[in-house]
Amino acid sequence: MRIIKFLFIKEFKQIFRNRAILAVIMVMPVIQLIILPLAANFEIKNINLAVVDNDRSDYSRDLINQVIASGYFKLRSYNDSYKQAFIQIEDDNADLILEIPRGFEQDLIRENKQQLFIGVNAINGTKAGLGAGYINQIIQEYNNGLRNKLNVADSFNAIPVIEITTSNWYNPHLNYRLFMVPGILAILVTLVGGFLSALNIVKEKEAGTIEQINVSPVKKYHFILGKLIPFWILGNVVFTLGLLVGWVFYGIIPLGNIFVLYAFVCVYLLAILGFGLLISTICDTQQQAMLIMFFFVMIFVLMGGLFTPIDSMPDWAKTASKFNPISYFIDVMRMVIIKGSGFKDISKHILIILGFAIVLNTAAVINYRKTS
Amino acid sequence: MSKKVISCKGLTKRFGDFTAVDSITFDVDKGEIFGFLGANGAGKTTAMRMLCGLSNPTSGEATIAGFDVYKETEKIKKSIGYMSQKFSLYDDLTVQENITFFAGIYGLSDKAIKENSAALLKQLGMEDQANKRVGSLPLGWKQKLAFSTAIIHKPEIVFLDEPTGGVDPVTRRQFWDLIYEASGNGITIFVTTHYMDEAEYCNRVSIMVDGRVEALDTPTNLKKQFGLATMDEVFYHLAREAKRGE
Amino acid sequence: MKQFLTFVKKEFLHVLRDKKTLFILFGMPIVQILIFGFALTNEVKNSNIVVVDYAKDIASQEIISKIDASRYFEITKSLAGSATLEAAFKTGEIKMAIVFPEGFNNQLLHENKAQIQVIADASDPNTATTLTNYVSSIINDYQAQLNETNPVPYQIKPEVKMLYNPQLKGAPNFVPGVMALILMLVCVMMTAISIVKEKEMGTMEILLVSPFKPIMIILSKAVPYLLLSMVNVITILLLSVFVLDLPIAGSILLLFAESTLFIITCLTLGIFISIKTDSMQTAMLISLLGMLLPTLLFSGFMFPIENMPLPLQWFSNIVPSKWYYIIVKNVMIKGLGFSYVWKETLILFGITIFLLIISLRSFKIRLA
Repeated sequence: MRIIKFLFIKEFKQIFRNRAILAVIMVMPVIQLIILPLAANFEIKNINLAVVDNDRSDYSRDLINQVIASGYFKLRSYNDSYKQAFIQIEDDNADLILEIPRGFEQDLIRENKQQLFIGVNAINGTKAGLGAGYINQIIQEYNNGLRNKLNVADSFNAIPVIEITTSNWYNPHLNYRLFMVPGILAILVTLVGGFLSALNIVKEKEAGTIEQINVSPVKKYHFILGKLIPFWILGNVVFTLGLLVGWVFYGIIPLGNIFVLYAFVCVYLLAILGFGLLISTICDTQQQAMLIMFFFVMIFVLMGGLFTPIDSMPDWAKTASKFNPISYFIDVMRMVIIKGSGFKDISKHILIILGFAIVLNTAAVINYRKTS
Repeated sequence: MSKKVISCKGLTKRFGDFTAVDSITFDVDKGEIFGFLGANGAGKTTAMRMLCGLSNPTSGEATIAGFDVYKETEKIKKSIGYMSQKFSLYDDLTVQENITFFAGIYGLSDKAIKENSAALLKQLGMEDQANKRVGSLPLGWKQKLAFSTAIIHKPEIVFLDEPTGGVDPVTRRQFWDLIYEASGNGITIFVTTHYMDEAEYCNRVSIMVDGRVEALDTPTNLKKQFGLATMDEVFYHLAREAKRGE
Repeated sequence: MKQFLTFVKKEFLHVLRDKKTLFILFGMPIVQILIFGFALTNEVKNSNIVVVDYAKDIASQEIISKIDASRYFEITKSLAGSATLEAAFKTGEIKMAIVFPEGFNNQLLHENKAQIQVIADASDPNTATTLTNYVSSIINDYQAQLNETNPVPYQIKPEVKMLYNPQLKGAPNFVPGVMALILMLVCVMMTAISIVKEKEMGTMEILLVSPFKPIMIILSKAVPYLLLSMVNVITILLLSVFVLDLPIAGSILLLFAESTLFIITCLTLGIFISIKTDSMQTAMLISLLGMLLPTLLFSGFMFPIENMPLPLQWFSNIVPSKWYYIIVKNVMIKGLGFSYVWKETLILFGITIFLLIISLRSFKIRLA
């Protein structure tokens, strides 16, 4: 125990002495948490619209106005032909084409039926899907309004109508930042913990100081624990800072019990630090450790459900994400902060992460060889 | 007959087909300054790593301070000090912090740490530098500090791996004064070096060639045995027969 | 020239010796392409939902079986009441709940009007919106089916066509992004590190006292990474054509020329960083945090730039990968020619020249 105390003091002194590292640990996550949610905004608004109005009637104008009034679309250009509008798509000046055919108003009244053509730039699938969804909805509404206006209320009512009432729980204003901030904080805590621990033992290897430790009575688990505990405390500090930033800048206050969050973070940090230490024991240079850590973190982050839902992934990817610690962390953050989930709701997550922590740290201790 | 603190018999280390250390046998007495010489690649460092418990021998036997190198490595580690050719104190910690840290991990009590480190600083005349970062000290100071730190827990044996590499002659002289002082306090010194004048300071010297100990005696006897005037010539005489290159 | 080749050969040996690093450099693009191509789709599907059916009549059952048949939804269970609903949302078991009121069919037949309540877990706003849209269209279909005999008057039917990417796959968006990301990583980070490494180890001094021109030494460091990056571009393109079924719509030659230009931009950036920094760790941090993160954020392949606050939008204009991303998207996916990308090409070219001039400047100052 006494040995660990000395290792512990040494580690803390080294961290606090290196201004650059300290800045990276404390300041970078705060700045990133302030800026990233502003940049990482997938709220689909401002869809650029190119209109081809072949009819130029009152009806077509009403329809266009209604589309613009929805707030989702920005009218970028009126075009004479579909071909002309398509060039707007090619130039990235437009995301969506709305083409109203000639005789739109006349045919609608005469034949009771009319077609509209919508072309969406679908390179970005989310934007395309949501854009098409929005415009369909608006056209539907316009259609209903039109029917009422044309005084067909009687005959219309003879037809059964199913009304859909929607309620958006937990985030009624569909605030995208409420969704992103907890996820981004999870990533930042992971990055700080992972990189710090991955680089640390390698640094001692490069400096040669590890030899000095190896000939001393310091035991393997002493050494690993001496590294683990300081970083674990730092990780908790960074997490706390992040929660404060979320509150001050984005007004996000966890709906659930904050101690439930901390309970999870405490276990999670053990797991991610253990992973970093494991990499650290494998590598010989800081450059290698950095690259390997980056490689894994990148896969973990992309597959962790921060940007795209895990449910939509193919089965093999879903299985793979069960072995991804970050996905559990992002999940828990969102559950507790946005939905107010309690300890019972996340107990499965905690148990799994505990398993990760045990396996990874045991592997790190075994892999760290004092003798060859 | 004085007490043997290092004793090895047929100690061997193989890496695949390559035999780095080939059945070496020798004893070192308590309080002795034992010079461990050999050209680059002769197997010195490998042998030393085995004796420190950093590397497991392939065969043979050895005891350090009475402990077995196979089974009691952790006990060995408590009774030895070690200083490697690559300088290895923490650059970003101060002199005092380094001393406290190493004393601490060897299990010294707070009182002992305080007393020993005060004595150490006084001996080195570094009281004023106690709160300076080690990284800002000149190399000579660092080496002396590393040596003193390596014996802060008063080990039975201290292993020095080319401790004076790259140090100026004056500092080297001072460094050897420290070694003599430690030896006078009953600490056994096991030192590797490339400087033959340093070999002359040792009580006994062994010369390794191609993984084997080719000669072992006092410097005076060795010179007599080969009929040569200096240790430099003795070393050259033996080392040129080496088959392994650098 | 012969001297130059000797240096280049030495650099190649450095790169090829470090197996772990090499493995990551070549493995990274492959893994990324596979993840982006297969695992990440923006399409929302297989979402777990729950149905609370108080009605249990023909109409509700029919709608439920329609929803069940859709690939967007997996009905996990049918709950008896809404009391357990909250719990199911909180454990994250379900994304949406659909509630049919008692006497649903009766209301529909006799009052010609019935209500369905859709509750979405809006902690993920986009998924919530998308799922709500899906449910609406399924119910609308059902309604149209009911009314088949008696068509609704004045019906406007929108016909939607998804251009370039009819199946809304992730690949067309991500492949150009991954190319920008990988080239940035390999060229900027690795070049910067390899030059700074020589500085740290002191071998730079030895090279500088040799009769070889210093600028040539720097250039010779860039050559292996230029070739390595070309290999990576080819790998990515092969994977995307043969594994992801994403053909190159435009001219391959143009794509290669533009890629080479971008690689050179990145190399000059790497050289610039290496001239300005003295330690490997600093070089690494600058290239990771200062280059990779902006590439991920501001090239536009993850998040739409037009959604960002104005200062960030302005900032995105100096990120080279943004322009490269636009070029690749236009040439590879849309199949456009040079006349559509000359502006972006010119900007990249300008950035490269600018970086080259300031690097040469500060290099000379350092030597003087």
